[in-house]
Amino acid sequence: MSACLEIRGLSAVLPNGQRVLRSVSLAVQPGEVRALVGESGAGKTMIGKAVLGVLPKSVRIVEGEMLIEGEDLGRLDAKARRTLIGARTALIPQDPLTALNPSRRIGPQMTDRLVRILGWSTERADKRIRQLLDEVQIRDPERVLKSYPHELSGGMRQRVLIAAAFAAEPRLIVADEPTTALDVTVQKQILRLIAQLQRDHGTAILFVTHDLGVVAKISQKVSVLYAGKVVEEAETEALFAAPQHPYTRALMAATPRYTDPYASLKPVDESVLAGLAVEIAAADQAWRPGHG
Amino acid sequence: MDEASVARRGLSPRLWLAGGWLLLALLAAIFAPLIAPQDPLAQDLMLERLPPFWLDGAEPGYWLGTDSLGRDLLSRLIFGGRIAFIVAFAAATSACLLGSALGLIAGYFGGWADRIISRIVDVWMAFPPVLFAILLVAVLGTGLSSVILAIAIIDWTRFCRVIRAEAMSQARMDYVESARIAGYGRIGIMLREVLPNVLPSVVALLSLEMGIAVIVEAILSFVNLSISTDDPTWGSIIAEGRLSIHQAWWVLVFPLITLILTVLSFSQFGEALKARFDPVLR
Repeated sequence: MSACLEIRGLSAVLPNGQRVLRSVSLAVQPGEVRALVGESGAGKTMIGKAVLGVLPKSVRIVEGEMLIEGEDLGRLDAKARRTLIGARTALIPQDPLTALNPSRRIGPQMTDRLVRILGWSTERADKRIRQLLDEVQIRDPERVLKSYPHELSGGMRQRVLIAAAFAAEPRLIVADEPTTALDVTVQKQILRLIAQLQRDHGTAILFVTHDLGVVAKISQKVSVLYAGKVVEEAETEALFAAPQHPYTRALMAATPRYTDPYASLKPVDESVLAGLAVEIAAADQAWRPGHG
Repeated sequence: MDEASVARRGLSPRLWLAGGWLLLALLAAIFAPLIAPQDPLAQDLMLERLPPFWLDGAEPGYWLGTDSLGRDLLSRLIFGGRIAFIVAFAAATSACLLGSALGLIAGYFGGWADRIISRIVDVWMAFPPVLFAILLVAVLGTGLSSVILAIAIIDWTRFCRVIRAEAMSQARMDYVESARIAGYGRIGIMLREVLPNVLPSVVALLSLEMGIAVIVEAILSFVNLSISTDDPTWGSIIAEGRLSIHQAWWVLVFPLITLILTVLSFSQFGEALKARFDPVLR
């Protein structure tokens, strides 16, 4: 059985030649949650966007392959690629405030995709949406379906977006920091909901986050990213039990702990960063000669 | 619905005052032959420079007085409204369609399309608009269609610039990206996702542009470059009134008031409409 998502040696550059992804490889098996963790600018969102085919125009993929359920995206023409991505993947976006079209009501906005892109009947789409709203524990679906996005709270909107993501039964969901823009109390509920739906539907998730606490709760496997390079990859339990890379250890040490709220925050140590710089430089050195 | 939102939705005085005046002026223009008290072209030198009705020496039936050729001012204003509204609707709509379409394309697609359209807009805006209009009408020849065409050719850039900026900011929103991922085509996204969100601005600008078209038409009439001199227009009445300001101030003042009220109403009406159309402000 082929992996739900497989990325092999993906490299991407900015117009000035700077590499933003450095030979990234990772695989997400069906039904598995793979966390992608790193600080801001590490390229974790970039990987998600690359998979979904919505990289900014300035970022160019120069090397590597991406396969969704064994189908190589690079070998498909633009239209076939869009169809494949549209049918088998979905996104749970970071910011629920801008991820819904402000001028359309929730109901039509949610069913439209099922009807128009996937060719479902209106009744089937409508029924499906209601079922999903129920699964994300929205108590008054009638009101929500008739609402404009701005009439709902951030948590409600994120629930709607989660329901929309799962509605078409995608095989892979990219969750791009789905809890970052929410209140801490709401974060927990949303996280639980995503985990619940993931288990019920058996969907594979590429879960992008900077929060190791979230990683521990939701994922089975983790890739730790620094400057567009995967520095460590492991089963989540193994990673937390015995982090191998000094950067991973430093990240864990930097996570604030509720048990000791008065401890000062620890930045990642200078020596670790220096080590990373050497590692990155070596990787670039090894990469460049072969590719002019 | 609470009281504040009732006030905003239904009973905004701005919307009613502006809309009321526009409706009144529009109806008067449409039914001009039925309601104008006199023939706007009929000259009578016995009745020259009659003052408005509340002053000594006014004649019944000549409510706002007459001009230096004895023509009834109110009737001329009513008939002048016809030209004003035709120009306002036709010119503003043409400018709106052209400018909004190009602005939407430039803002949403970006890249080459944006570069080309934006450069054209920059060059266009470098011309002084009134001089440009006078030049265009001089080339196209006078007449109603030339005036409409000239205004549309000059003012589409207003729409283009604003709609481009709005479309750009909408195109960066996550919901557009989500639509891309879901598999919608680019043109479909532009029309279904982006367009509805820039529509409130289009409507506000359209109404504002109608006011501007009325002014430009008046300016062209004022310099005798609009339509034939026989048909009364607000601009031509103002031009005539200017000559007799010391003997008959009303010939200048009433068309000015009419013009100002109409232009003001168009802009206020547009703003009020925008507030009603916009789902977030609503």
